[in-house]
Amino acid sequence: MYGLAATFADAFALLATFDHRAVEIVSLSLQVSVSAVILGTLIGLPLGACLAVGRFPGRSAALVVINGLMGAPSVVVGVVVYLILSRSGPLGGLGMLYTPAAMVAAQTLLVVPLMAAIARQIIEDTWQRYAEEFRAMRFTWLQSVTTLLYDCRHSLLVAVLAGLGRAMSEVGAVMIVGGNIDHATRVMTTAIALETSKGDLPLAIALGIVLVAVILVLNAAAFAMRAWAMRRYG
Amino acid sequence: MFPLRLHDVRFQPNGRKVLDGVELELGGEGITLVLGPNGAGKSVLLRTICGLLEPTGGRIDWGGGARPHLGVMMVFQHPMMLRASVLENVALALKPHGVPRIERRHRAARVLDRVGLLARASESARLLSGGEQQRLALARAWVTAPRLLLLDEPTASLDPSATAEVERIVREIRTDGTRILMTTHNLGQATRLGDDVVFMSAGRVREHAPVQRFFARPASDEARLFIQGELPWRMNF
Repeated sequence: MYGLAATFADAFALLATFDHRAVEIVSLSLQVSVSAVILGTLIGLPLGACLAVGRFPGRSAALVVINGLMGAPSVVVGVVVYLILSRSGPLGGLGMLYTPAAMVAAQTLLVVPLMAAIARQIIEDTWQRYAEEFRAMRFTWLQSVTTLLYDCRHSLLVAVLAGLGRAMSEVGAVMIVGGNIDHATRVMTTAIALETSKGDLPLAIALGIVLVAVILVLNAAAFAMRAWAMRRYG
Repeated sequence: MFPLRLHDVRFQPNGRKVLDGVELELGGEGITLVLGPNGAGKSVLLRTICGLLEPTGGRIDWGGGARPHLGVMMVFQHPMMLRASVLENVALALKPHGVPRIERRHRAARVLDRVGLLARASESARLLSGGEQQRLALARAWVTAPRLLLLDEPTASLDPSATAEVERIVREIRTDGTRILMTTHNLGQATRLGDDVVFMSAGRVREHAPVQRFFARPASDEARLFIQGELPWRMNF
């Protein structure tokens, strides 16, 4: 019991003193995950909107694939990205493997289907209510998509948050394509796994606290923003 | 675009006769009120003219040419409101017209002034009352200066003062040169607003006459009973 309390005390001490190892790892984690979510937003939300508004051959198959990829195991995505970025892979010449850029690519691949699927559902519900008037106003397909993305912007925060949660909490893909290299590609989740296996629990717990805190703060901010939007726009 | 002629227009999904050979001709001016009992096909007629529904038979002749891409607008009984300001909701309609963003906002402000909503331009459209939302919807159509405006029961759920305000705006739109085709169940409104009346039942146009003549000497028993508030199916009992 004393050991557990002491471990937590050490963990909080690391946080309170802004331990340089912890700061470095948290900083890289945020950079990688936020970059992946920004890319995921730029790709996933328009993709979801296109699937919501578009009526084209193969749409049902596309929906099945997107929904299926939502739950793709991160290690599988990691292996796919590894194969693409490895020396013998199609993008091996870029030399991206074991860099933060590779981790961003893997996380982007993980979050795009999730964000697209959630966005598709949100936008399709709105589209069903607006479609007739958009058609009466002679909106083009692109004008419909952009207007719906704007109209659903507050609800789409859910998709962005879901993407961020998935990106920040996954281990497998970043471990495979990043290699968990100290001072280079070590992020919170891979560091927690490593430090726990080494028995350095204070750092693992400190990083765990930061990870949970970041996700809670972002969710609280999104909740507050959505509540404000509901009051402001109805 | 005018005269707009509908020849034997049918809309019969799964064999159900929603429009059953509509014959109608509309000149280029005035306000035409479409009257008829529920299920007569009034709203479907408007949607068909607007191009939202494809007729299963017949022909719509737009003054000898094809259906214009722009120039026809429709206002619905429950208009959609974007989660955006009143001004943005009006300016929205100018997007398909290729009007630059700044110009869209200028034009929207001018029309909002005419419908009495300029002071609320920056407020959220969704927080307006039902009557104000309907005025916004009219402004959204008006800002595009349509040649033909289709109004589907725009005052159905409004109180008398909101109805009067909508009627004032409809008259102004007409004065600006827009041809108006409007459905309503309000016979008083038809006498106040209409130049002519199209009476429909069972998916067909039964009568098309000037307002005074329609109410003074309806040509069919069905129209006479409708005006008197007697529903034909009740007469069977």
